[in-house]
This record gives sequence, structure tokens and C-alpha cells, in this order.
Amino acid sequence: MKRSYFSGPYALWMILFTIFPIVFVGLYAITVRNETANSLYAGLKNISEIFANKGTYMKVLWRSITLAFECTLICLFLGYPCAYFLASKEFAKYKTLFVLILLPMWMNFLLRTYASMGLLERNGIINTIVTSLGFERLDLIGTRGAVLYGMIYNYLPFMVLPIHTSLKKMDRRVIEAAQDLGANPLRVFYKVTLPLSVPGIISGITMVFMPSVTTFAISGLLGSGNFMLIGDVIEAQFMQANNWNFGSALSLFMTALILLSIGLLNRLDAGKNSERSEKW
Amino acid sequence: MKKLSILLALIMLLTGVAYADSITVYNSYDYIDESVLDDFTKETGIEVEYVMFTRQEEMYTQLTTGGGKYDIIFPSDYIIERLIKDGMLSEIDYEQCPNAKENLLDSMWNSDYDSGNVYSVPYMWGTMGILYNTELVKDEIYSWDSLFDPAYKRDVFMLDSMRDMMGLMLVYLGYDINSTNEDELAEVRDLLIEQKQNNIVQGYLVDEVKDKMVGGEAAMAVMWSGDAMYAMDLDEDGVLAYTVPEEGSNVWIDAMCIPKNSENYEAALKFIDFMCRPDIAQRNYDYIHYASPIAQVVEELSEEEAENVAVNPTEEILERCYFFHDLMDQMELYNEYWMQIRS
Amino acid sequence: MVKLKRFFVGLKGSYIALILLFLYSPIAVMIAFSFNEGKSRAKWEGFSFKWYARLFENADILDALKVTLIVAAIATVVSVILGTLGAIGIHACKKGYASAMINLSYLPMTMPDIVTGVSLMMMFTFSLPMINPILSDISAWLSALFKKDIDLTIERGMFTMILAHITFDTPYVLFSVLPKLKQMDPNSYEAALDLGCRPMTAIRKVIIPEISPGIITGALLALTMSLDDFVISYFTTEKTQNLSILVYSAAKRGVKPDIYALSTIMFLTVLALLIVVNKRSTLEDIG
Repeated sequence: MKRSYFSGPYALWMILFTIFPIVFVGLYAITVRNETANSLYAGLKNISEIFANKGTYMKVLWRSITLAFECTLICLFLGYPCAYFLASKEFAKYKTLFVLILLPMWMNFLLRTYASMGLLERNGIINTIVTSLGFERLDLIGTRGAVLYGMIYNYLPFMVLPIHTSLKKMDRRVIEAAQDLGANPLRVFYKVTLPLSVPGIISGITMVFMPSVTTFAISGLLGSGNFMLIGDVIEAQFMQANNWNFGSALSLFMTALILLSIGLLNRLDAGKNSERSEKW
Repeated sequence: MKKLSILLALIMLLTGVAYADSITVYNSYDYIDESVLDDFTKETGIEVEYVMFTRQEEMYTQLTTGGGKYDIIFPSDYIIERLIKDGMLSEIDYEQCPNAKENLLDSMWNSDYDSGNVYSVPYMWGTMGILYNTELVKDEIYSWDSLFDPAYKRDVFMLDSMRDMMGLMLVYLGYDINSTNEDELAEVRDLLIEQKQNNIVQGYLVDEVKDKMVGGEAAMAVMWSGDAMYAMDLDEDGVLAYTVPEEGSNVWIDAMCIPKNSENYEAALKFIDFMCRPDIAQRNYDYIHYASPIAQVVEELSEEEAENVAVNPTEEILERCYFFHDLMDQMELYNEYWMQIRS
Repeated sequence: MVKLKRFFVGLKGSYIALILLFLYSPIAVMIAFSFNEGKSRAKWEGFSFKWYARLFENADILDALKVTLIVAAIATVVSVILGTLGAIGIHACKKGYASAMINLSYLPMTMPDIVTGVSLMMMFTFSLPMINPILSDISAWLSALFKKDIDLTIERGMFTMILAHITFDTPYVLFSVLPKLKQMDPNSYEAALDLGCRPMTAIRKVIIPEISPGIITGALLALTMSLDDFVISYFTTEKTQNLSILVYSAAKRGVKPDIYALSTIMFLTVLALLIVVNKRSTLEDIG
């Protein structure tokens, strides 16, 4: 069928702009720069450096992963009820609400983060309210909590969206059947609704965890540079320290870790009819 | 498919077409009165494409990876040193820059990094020190000690610039500002880590710090003199003050250079000459408030300004300030320790 | 309106209201302070429209806006074409090749965007010095031919940004169109061919209409991703700034409220668009 040739341009583009660059990353990762900026094959030196430097990079990596983990968890606990309520019968009429939840996604994320600075700063809005009520000023900006807040704020809609989708796709009759069979609301939720929404949960976790591990502007703006994350380190390697080799090694390492964890997560879903191709 | 290729070619044309007479200027953020550029174009007919960077290292990276052709760059002293070593700069033809030849202060002609200003023409210069909020800080500040005073919990901003911050601390500890001695650097590292652990640091920032100090977000911050002046100008209540600590500090000069691969040498020279004109230098000074190396601007300083150390450092202060030198190939330790401090 | 109030008083309603409060407080701050007389982002100094006026005088912002819109528009169009054709092609391919292509397409989506950005930056930095001399020769030839100054050499700027955007947009299009292709009745295409249609016409008249919801969804996704992108754009450009890059560099030095004014306008525009679109179809298809 001639139609299959249509995939040609697409395949070419993907190879050129996805595979090819990754090859570069790989090449840089295994080479080391000497004085005249030529590269010498140095095997795993860059990789070993990741574990060196008194474990600084491991510390940063661990911090990024834990923050991302906390963020994902909180987004899950905040977002699931939100998606659930939105998908329930009463709110079906208020599609605008759903739109409103999604709207922040369309606003430039840097600007939103910057605006949150105005909320959190010492002389920011929250503190203005707090002090006028007679309380002590809160130390919000530059804290780990601020960075966490920034992440949750940015990624919450990404958790709500897929969960909402899979809840909406659920066949109401199954719930009704369970109720008819005498299950109380809690059991219905636990045994029917929750399991059926798992694909959405996994999708949401994927869409939140990965970007939050690698984010880099949030820690600078809301963390005042106190909490270097792996994204910051990689950016610094490329833009400041001019050490692309090490930066590439770090990137590969980090990507490998992320893909591994996402892969493990997908294994959990492997038993059921995976909706992988319908992720979107 | 054909339409697509035409479209692509069109795009390439649009994005790649170069102006006949134009120069590309690469400078730090907030480092020029941009109306000056318009006037330059009006007077000479040469268009100016103005591109900005946040850090010197960033500029160096862009320059060396051949990211684009620049005609004028504004590097700092130690970067100029490195660029000269790399052979990346063109010599300045002072015959075509009479303003530069005549108007620069005498003291600007024999620097460490480029004696005789063969490859560079000084643009702005200054010191580094502490900007502090006199309402939040009890006494006047004289020493770097104050940065480590536990009374100022989470009230101190440190500078997110590796070379500058570590160099200053080397001086504080009594060492050479350009030291690459492992023990000395380790001491700096331990000092700064301890400061973080004692919760005195509110953050490591660079450009954001001006705004924050004006907003009263912290008691003190490590800054360049020009940024300090900028903040003091914005500060309507007059609570900010600047000091160059007694242990010593850094003196720096930023200059204009022409990269060797520039294709508009003549136009670039015209630009340099233009910038050295007294009225233009005055406008730049008025806008960014860094100390100008142009004699006429210094003469025009008001009494108040002449007393302000941020703008007009005294001889005595300059005695205890040192230039940074290029340490290009020995930065490993710096990088390593800085990472440890910052993470 | 009364009904709305009743719902919000209920438990579910108040929870959603809280979430909305959480999501919108920074945006509310932005909108409010776009009308601030003073420069501060936290101290209110009076009501004024001046930032809106200043916005239109600020060349940097307008340039960045232009760049953002142009890049997003071109990238969306190209990625829709590339992705739709790709999907049609893959759908018609053998199983093994098809799943290889699909896995390949997952790559830009699963790779952290910092890695995508950095890898593209390295590739451009490496390959452009090799390609440019050739392009420069071609330019010289074309210039002589057309007697006009033509310069086809590529620098890291808008062109490379567009290339990068197309790269990460296209998989979204692909994954929006592919399910629709699978849902389509495979026989309709065959039927059209049997009735005498040429393949291209059959595609145009049969396949495209069936998958058009997917194409639209994909286009919307691509557009959204491109408009909002920061990291990948940051690494693949040098002097040319899009809106996000502008905000990032401005944020480090103190954003003046004219950017807030811009965001408010953008916010209202997007809000209006979304409400209109939502009234016409279900947004859940995107989810």
C-alpha cells in the first residue's frame, strides 16, 4: 500500500531530530574535554564523576527525586478528589468548571511561577495579610516548601486531567450494578471506581513525576537558589561551567533513572488492558 | 511537498537575512541606556542588534561555540585576559576612535589584563561590596564578618557568581583573590557551607537581588557596586547603603572588545568611539550608575555622588581591591567546591 | 446563578472551589497588579492603566510575542501535516515497523525536556558549522542570480527553534490521530478505491474527515505545547527570545507590570477561546 510511504517524512524527521541528538548526548557523555576543547574518549569517567565530588550530585539527584515524589503524591491526593467530583453527575452540567481547572495550564508557567513570588515574598501578599492580622511574618520564599508549592502549582492540572478522563469513560452501569448488589458507597469506590481509574492515575503520575524531577526554573525563582535541583545542575554545566561532557553524562543518567521508574510503573498496569496508545 | 519547501526556504530567508550595515552587540542585562543605540543608528545609519547575557561565562560559551557572530562584546577583565590568550580579539585601531584615546581616565590605561588597552576599551568599572538596609541592620558595616553574624538569620543574600563570591571570600580569609590553593579554597567552601547551615543565608541570587533589596526582603546582600547604586537609586526611602569591606574586595573593569570573527570591524570601531563620547557616556552613567572611565563624566559628578563609594571609590579603597585573573584551566577545584556549597 | 451557589455550598463544590482558589491566586495577583500604579509586584499603589499603554511601547515584549506566535503557528502547521501523514502511514504499515515507529515517537514525550533541549543544542552547535559553508555558497550563488542579498546560513535562532518545536509537537499530533485511525472502518478506504477513487482523493475524502477530530485535538495540543514551551526554546536559540525566555530573563531582574498586562490579555483571550471551544465539543477528548 502506498500509504505506508507517508510515514517516510515523519520517520526521517524523528530520526534526524530525536535519535541523532541523543547520539550526540551519548558521544559527549563518554568523552572528556581537554584544553583545546577537543574530546578524548574517556569511557566512563564522566559517569564515575557523578558519584564523586563527595556525593554532591547524588545529593542533588536525591533531592530532586524526593521533591518530585512528594509533589506527585500531593498532586494525587489533591487531584483525585477534584477529578472525581468534576466527573460526578452533579457537575456534568458545569463544563466551564472543568475548563477553569485546565486554564492555568495554558498560561505561561514561568509567569505563574513569578506571580507566586509576589504571593510568597517577605513583603508579599500573603505576609501583608498575615501581618495586618497581627501575626508574625512568615518565612515562605526561599524554602523547600516554596519549591514544592511551585511544583504542585504547576503540575496539578496534569494530574487532574487524565484521572478525570478515565473516570468519565467509566461505564456508569457497573457502579449501578455494584450498588444494586448491595455494596455501600465506600465499597463501590474501593472495589469498582478506583481500580477502573488506575490507567488515569498512572497517566497522571507519569505526567507529573517526570517533569517535576527535571524542572529547573522553579528552584531559582521560589527557592532563591537554595535548593539546587538536577535540572539546575545540568543547565549550569551547559551554560556556565561549559562542561558539556559532564552535563551530557548527567542527563543520560537522569533520563535512565526516570525511564526506569516509569517503566516499573507501567508494569503494574501491564496485566490489565493497557490503554497505552490511548494515553492521550 | 513543494509548498512546504518553499515555505521552509521563506522561513530561512526571513530568519537569516542580514542587514547590509548592522552590528551585533552582546552585553550584560541592564547595562546600557538603550536610547543611546537609537541615536547611534540615527547618526551613523548603522543598525544595532542588541543581545544580552546574564553571566560572563555564558557569553564566553556562546562565543566559543560559534553560536553567532558578534561585532561588539562587553567582557569582564579576566574574560578579556582569556580571550586575548585564545587569540579571539581584534586590536583596536585608536586612530578611528579619537574619543576613546582622549577621554579615558589615565588610570584606565595600565590594567593587569590588557596593558595599554590594545584589545579592549574600558566601558564601566567598579568594586564589589555589601549593600545593606540601614533600617534592618543595627550598625554600619565595615567588614565581611557581618555576612556571618547569626543575628541576621535568613537575612543575607549571597551572590550566585562562582568566581566573584569565592574570590571575595579568599580575600576575607586573607588569601590571594586568584588563589588555586586547594586548602585555601577548601576553607572558603567550609566557611560558606557553615553559613548556610547556620541558616543565615536567605538565598544565592544574582540579578534578582536588586529588586529584592529595594523591596526590603533582606538586611544585606553581596553585590557589584553598580547594582548597589541602581538599587539605591530605586530606593525612595534612602535606607540602603553600600560599603567595601576593610579586608579587601575586588575591583573590576568591563570593556568593549571586537571579536576576531566580526565582519563589521569599521562599524564596530564607530560604535566604540560613539560610546566614549562624553555626552553618551554621561547618559549611560545616568541610566545604569556604574562608575564611568570617561574623564568628563567623573568631573560632572555631583557632591553627593562623588561621596558615594559605590560610584566613586576612593584611592584608599582601591588599594585594597584586586583584579581577577584568568584561571581558565584551573577551575576544576572552584567548580567542584562551588557545587558543594550550592547544593 | 442561584443554582450555582447551592452547589458550591455543598461539600464537593467547596472542595473544587478551594482548588480553584489555589490555582488562581497567583493569576489573580497578576491580573490585579497589572493595574498597579507602582512597579512593585506586591505593594499596591493605586489603580492605573499605564502598564497596558507601556506594553505596546515595549519593543522587547512585542518582539518576543511575535516570535512566540510565529514559531507556534509554523510549528503547529508543519507538525500537523507531518504527524497526520505519519499516522496514516504508520497505520498502513506492518506490525513490527509500526510499533518501532510508535516507540520512537514516545521518545520526545518521555525524555525530560531539558535533555531534549540540550541534545538539540549540541546537535545544532555541531552540525551548523558543517552545513553553513555549503549554505553560504548556495546563498552567494542565489544572490548573484537574483541580484539581491540572500543569506541562507542558519544560526541558532528562530529557525532552529521552529525545528525543535516541530520535533516535540509532532508526536502529540501522531498520538491524537492514530486512535481515530484505529476506530475508523478500514473498509471505507477500500470501498472508495473500488468505486474508482484515486488514492490521494480517497484519503482526502474518506480518511481525513473521519480523523479530523483527532487532527484538531492534535493541532490544539501542538499549539499549546509550543506557546508555553520554555526549556527547549531556551536551549535551541541564542538571541531570539520567545515569550517564556523573555519572562525568565526578566524574572531574574524584576518583572515590570507590563508583562502582567500582557498575561492578563492573554488570559482573557484563552479563557474566551476555551469557553467557545468547549461549548462546541467535549474537551474530554483531549484528556
